[in-house]
Amino acid sequence: MKFIVCVKQVPDTTEVKIDPETNTLIREGVPSILNPFDQFALEEAIKIRQEGDEIIVISMGPPQAKKALLKCLALGADKAILLSDKAFAGADTWATSYTLTQCIRKIGDFNIVFCGLQAIDGDTAQVGPEIAAQLGIPQITYVESIEKLEGKKLEAKVQTDDGYKIVEAKLPVLITGITSSSFEPTNPPMMSIMKANKKPFSTWTIDDLGGSSDNYGLNGSLTEVIKVYSPPARQQGVVIEDEKPDAAVLKLIELLSKDKVI
Amino acid sequence: MSITVDKEKCTGCGLCEKACPFGAIKIVEKIAVIGDECTLCGACVDQCNLKAISLQRKKLKDVDLSQYQDVWIVAEIKDGKVRNVSFELLGKAIELADELMQDPCVLLIGNNVTKFTQDFSNRGAKKIYIAENEDLKDYHTETYSSVITGIISKYKPNIVLYPATISGRDLAPRIAATLELGLTADCTGLSIKDGLLLQTRPAFGGNIMADIICPITRPQMATVRPNVMEMASANDNENTKIIEIPVNVDLQGLKIKTKEIISASSSECGIPVCEADIIVSGGRGVGCQENFKILEDLANVLKGAVGASRAAVDLGWIPKSQQVGQSGTTVSPRIYIACGISGTIQHLVGMKSSDIIIAINKDPEAPIFNVANYGIVGDLCEVVPLLTEALKKRLSEN
Ligand SMILES: Cc1cc2nc3c(=O)[nH]c(=O)nc-3n(C[C@H](O)[C@H](O)[C@H](O)COP(=O)(O)OP(=O)(O)OC[C@H]3O[C@@H](n4cnc5c(N)ncnc54)[C@H](O)[C@@H]3O)c2cc1C
Ligand SMILES: Nc1ncnc2c1ncn2[C@@H]1O[C@H](COP(=O)(O)O)[C@@H](O)[C@H]1O
Repeated sequence: MKFIVCVKQVPDTTEVKIDPETNTLIREGVPSILNPFDQFALEEAIKIRQEGDEIIVISMGPPQAKKALLKCLALGADKAILLSDKAFAGADTWATSYTLTQCIRKIGDFNIVFCGLQAIDGDTAQVGPEIAAQLGIPQITYVESIEKLEGKKLEAKVQTDDGYKIVEAKLPVLITGITSSSFEPTNPPMMSIMKANKKPFSTWTIDDLGGSSDNYGLNGSLTEVIKVYSPPARQQGVVIEDEKPDAAVLKLIELLSKDKVI
Repeated sequence: MSITVDKEKCTGCGLCEKACPFGAIKIVEKIAVIGDECTLCGACVDQCNLKAISLQRKKLKDVDLSQYQDVWIVAEIKDGKVRNVSFELLGKAIELADELMQDPCVLLIGNNVTKFTQDFSNRGAKKIYIAENEDLKDYHTETYSSVITGIISKYKPNIVLYPATISGRDLAPRIAATLELGLTADCTGLSIKDGLLLQTRPAFGGNIMADIICPITRPQMATVRPNVMEMASANDNENTKIIEIPVNVDLQGLKIKTKEIISASSSECGIPVCEADIIVSGGRGVGCQENFKILEDLANVLKGAVGASRAAVDLGWIPKSQQVGQSGTTVSPRIYIACGISGTIQHLVGMKSSDIIIAINKDPEAPIFNVANYGIVGDLCEVVPLLTEALKKRLSEN
């Protein structure tokens, strides 16, 4: 079988702040990482792979996104494709999913496409379903784990508002949302990193993907971010410290009723 | 119309006829013939194994945008009940429609949903579109997205809002991509600016806010976070127009089937965390599964739900459905009580928009105190039971 995993290099969001003077993102010094949710998706693909299966990781991003793909190769992917072209810059979810769809079509003959739950920079969780719609294949979102893969059928455990469901899908299918593998993303051992450099890696540009340039990057984007700013600061809270538990609770109740919370 | 059947490839197998939600396809002399009822939803294209049907959509951006009128919401019905978030969306839709001088409208999709028209007309919906069918009883991406795609193509709303729930976030991007529309995820604010929908949402783990518009395509679409908008209030509304849309559904053709449903709600009132007005959440600091009982007692007194950090979920103390945060549910309750939760960014992003945050943690340096309106530094095993008792007393006095 052929699995395609879509991965994104993202800024480590814990470090992202707004410059209060200019109201723009401060990007300097913010480390870039492999989107942790995409790593979870890749790990799930590796878990269900069998002898002879192939895992291809693809990413749309600037040249330095190669690093994220190399990490995927070190983790166990077989082949990586970086979609990198100035024409891809400024893509919203529609243009991103269009670009990835063109790539997946070109690879062809796939059985499962994996996406992460969401990219931690945008948190939109839209790119996966948008790829599935463009490929015209079914999607399963909020997947906890793949329970079974037999012949052309797959069974997945899926999160619902109040529990789980087990669904059965005919391949090909697109899957998003795996979060349950490891608690924190792991780093591959040195040996695997060395080996990763020898695995097939290609970079594709707009010429490799074809289609109209109107659909890529900023040109192809249907939404427009007109402003970014810091969220309104939460008002300074009251912390009750150095009190016996019963006195602290009494004080809290007093505050809550004074402020009409209860 | 630009849907075509390749007569060379078509064998008249009839899969498309069954798949069409609008009854627009007939097999005539072993060839599929597409009639005027076609809404270009594309359900047949996906179903045809022989790739005999092709659909050329006119780019909406090349189309006259003024044909697109009204502010729609897609109501979410679950277990035979309208979810509150639907009324919240309607509240917002009324405000936006007023400003645009258009109508707030509701799309009801499901089985046996006509009975809810009153709930929405009372609350100010001007038009209610109903797509009702036995086989729409359960949510399936394939059936719901093709039905709604078709309805949107036909009725041309200006704005469509979806709840940012699990099914809303599954459905909306599918429709957006099919129709080549912009879509903004998980909005916490919506307003009108220069005639356009201004969509506000957090990004980068909640560290920044972004204002987004969708200037060139219609409808403008967004998913909206539950519990953030004000619910539309009931105030007898005179004339609501009801538009019934007949649809066919073919469950046989579904490529994804549900085999089993496992409910694991631990909240006694059965409120999903995303809709709870009050949430008592526990983290690793709760110490063990049994101690979650302490939090449940508090939640019961407050008629709230029990939530958790990922650490507590991964330790198996509480089901995943209760997890708050980046890889769980995003919540915005009126009161969020965090017990034994340190407040990492992945947790904060899921609860920072709560109105009031109360933190109980024994570490005065815990980052949760930076976002808390009220905090107690102390051992939750001592503090929470006392708080429960005090609140119980207090609430019975009122
Ligand atoms: C990709 C990714 C996604 C993630 N998604 C989520 C998510 O959706 N939700 C989420 O919550 N986390 C998420 N995490 C994990 C997150 O980074 C933290 O590991 C997790 O939130 C920590 O949970 P905690 O606060 O319960 O535990 P800890 O950080 O261990 O904090 C426990 C706290 O309890 C306090 N404490 C201990 N004993 C007591 C006591 N007796 N009384 C009072 N206080 C006590 C301690 O002082 C401490 O502050 C994610 C991580 C990654 C990498
Ligand atoms: N630029 C990209 N390159 C590859 N995959 C992406 C890209 N952007 C998003 N994805 C995939 O889509 C998922 C959801 O992203 P998002 O909709 O941005 O939250 C991610 O977890 C990735 O699997």
